Amino acid sequence: MTTYFNEMYEKGRVRPHYRQLEDWTKAMPAELREMKQAEAEALFRRIGITFAVYGEGGDPDRLIPFDMFPRVFTAREWSRLERGIKQRARALNAFLCDVYGRGEIVRAGRIPARLVYRNAAYEKSVVGFTPPKGVYSHVVGVDLVRTGAEDFYVLEDNCRTPSGVSYMLENREIMMRMFPELFRENRIEPVDSYPEKLRRTLASVAPAKCSSDPTVVLLTPGHFNSAYYEHSFLADLMGVELVEGADLFVEGEFLYMRTTEGPKRVDVLYRRIDDAFIDPLCFRPDSLLGIPGLMDVYRAGGVTICSAPGAGVADDKAVYTFVPEMVRFYLGEEPLLNNVPTWQCGKEEDLKHVLANLSELVVKEVHGSGGYGMLVGPKSSKDQIAAFRARIEADPDNYIAQPTLALSTTPTFVNEGIAPRHVDLRPYCLVGERIELVPGGLTRVALTEGSLVVNSSQGGGVKDTWVLAE
Amino acid sequence: MLSRTADNLYWIARYMERAETMARLLEVGARMSLLPSAHGYRNEWDSLLQASGTAGGFAQKYRHARQRDIESYLFFDLDNPSSVASCIGRARENARIVRTALTAQVWDAINTAYQELRALERTPRDRLELSRLIDWTMNKAAIIRGSIDTTQLRNDGWDFLNLGYYLERSDNTARLMDVKYYVLLPRVEFVGSGMDNYQWATLLRATSAHRAFHWAYGGEVTARKIADFLILNPQCPRSLVSCMDGICGHLKRLEKAYGRPSRPREVAEKLATELEALSVEEIIEEGLHEFLSRFILEAANLSGVIFESYLSGDVR
Repeated sequence: MTTYFNEMYEKGRVRPHYRQLEDWTKAMPAELREMKQAEAEALFRRIGITFAVYGEGGDPDRLIPFDMFPRVFTAREWSRLERGIKQRARALNAFLCDVYGRGEIVRAGRIPARLVYRNAAYEKSVVGFTPPKGVYSHVVGVDLVRTGAEDFYVLEDNCRTPSGVSYMLENREIMMRMFPELFRENRIEPVDSYPEKLRRTLASVAPAKCSSDPTVVLLTPGHFNSAYYEHSFLADLMGVELVEGADLFVEGEFLYMRTTEGPKRVDVLYRRIDDAFIDPLCFRPDSLLGIPGLMDVYRAGGVTICSAPGAGVADDKAVYTFVPEMVRFYLGEEPLLNNVPTWQCGKEEDLKHVLANLSELVVKEVHGSGGYGMLVGPKSSKDQIAAFRARIEADPDNYIAQPTLALSTTPTFVNEGIAPRHVDLRPYCLVGERIELVPGGLTRVALTEGSLVVNSSQGGGVKDTWVLAE
Repeated sequence: MLSRTADNLYWIARYMERAETMARLLEVGARMSLLPSAHGYRNEWDSLLQASGTAGGFAQKYRHARQRDIESYLFFDLDNPSSVASCIGRARENARIVRTALTAQVWDAINTAYQELRALERTPRDRLELSRLIDWTMNKAAIIRGSIDTTQLRNDGWDFLNLGYYLERSDNTARLMDVKYYVLLPRVEFVGSGMDNYQWATLLRATSAHRAFHWAYGGEVTARKIADFLILNPQCPRSLVSCMDGICGHLKRLEKAYGRPSRPREVAEKLATELEALSVEEIIEEGLHEFLSRFILEAANLSGVIFESYLSGDVR
């Protein structure tokens, strides 16, 4: 039987940084808790923080379940994480500049050329172009799990457009509104400077051709997108326009938006849509979401696109294995955060091991996301495993496998009271002229007993995440 | 401001005003059908569908004009693009798209109306009195309008919201008056009779202008006075003259804020000047229905010009 690291209790005794929360829950009768839970839900619905689940019908305005029991990090734990995350964000950006430039890391034989240049996310149209300040990924979401007091692992990196930061901010707002006393008694680092920091980060990478105060806009696929709330929320808090493809057009060497006063130039495009859709002339010709000619303007330095087209090559699950190598190669440092040991089914040796141990491993598609297309061995039936085996054998290159991690648990409100549930953490690291990280992140929690899958599309919930001040 | 944002704001206002008009129309219909009428209530309800421009859609769905079906069609039916439910749904969708251009209070008011509407949709129909639905709609429309008035910045977004309100209202006032025309169409000899005046008075009630009318005119309710009140009287908040005045004011503000000459302002001022120069005698001479039809067309033309100049994003 696996033992899981419990973030609140150690051998039945509460850890010091959770003590006040224990008093808080003890003093809260069940009726009050139910009332508060209903209040929180009403607040979320009223503010309109809902998300759509793909391919399922049902309530189109679904709420992500919110668990009121906060997750707590000490200042010491956080400062270690912070250094590790920033280090990783620097290495990933250095890697991107390199592989679209001279490709030193490949020449040095530290990563196989095939993994980089044959990668579906490798964007040939930007080879030789260096974006402003050498930044490709301006918001790096590093998904972390914990297995022990000092043991943190990076599950994956998100270099394109990691989502969920609005939940980090709203979870905090709602907790502060409902339980102000908790914030008076504990010294909790604030997270609400995130939108302003994001805006400054984006403005700091304005293109050379921009001579005045840069105009930043946020590009959304539109209001049918499941993350539309987040797009509109961030645009609002940053004080920038929220635009769709049809609001933008290219003329001469610049990008413009259509306004009631005529065309207005756009300098920085924070896009929340995939590479494949941003320019129908360059990528998918059937895309109605993008802006024809955008890539020409981009390559000529008329506009900065954040994240830069091609950034996806750094966050694919096969390249992931090499991130510690990137840290050593570019920064000359030892990685502060561990990778999860990963087997690549594309390698014969690894494939043999994976197929022999399917019932103990987690197998993922290289390009999958959102918890779709994965196998959690210990939680699957024989039939499910057999079916997945066939899929792996048909296309081994497309899969990687990892040991089933003993994810840490934190106390969570459930029907019967309070029970431990597994969690992960996604902090959002900002990369521009400077590298910044607000103290906090999005904690996702698997609400089903024993489940290790925290994705919101698979029934996961979210929690407020506290970093205590020194 | 993004042209699309301006467009969304403009339509939030238009849909909310339209929802309110639908509720007012339902009230007119319900009251008129309580009258002892020579043609039975069916005729009044028919005229209501005609005036709201929904007769075609209704006929496709139902064979006869039954009051209950008409109520459902005008209030709940999402197949009817002008039903109260459709209008509030679309207003909310437009608002969701431009959350960043609305204050928290305005969004909250619109979103709350939408959530309550969904609860109403789930309520068994026989537990919903028509009067309750009408009151609910007026109430929500007022709260939304009020939150816009008290919290929105007085910037160009404010102008586009108000342009939507005034344009829709002028169109709607004209259409409400036209119901009267359809009701009387089959029996011209009713004009000027006691029944005729009762129906006119109902129209006043539907525009919430009953008491206002008495303050402004006093004495007998006559068709002439009502036409004067709802078309030409600048004191009446729903009169065509008042709406045109509001439209001109907001277009002038935009012209000034943007520092560029505006064709919509020219078109609107021309229309307003013509309207102000008219007397009620001239309108009746032309024929009320003919006049109203002409006005509705001209107002539609003005919306087209506003779209081209500000909302389409094609202006360079």
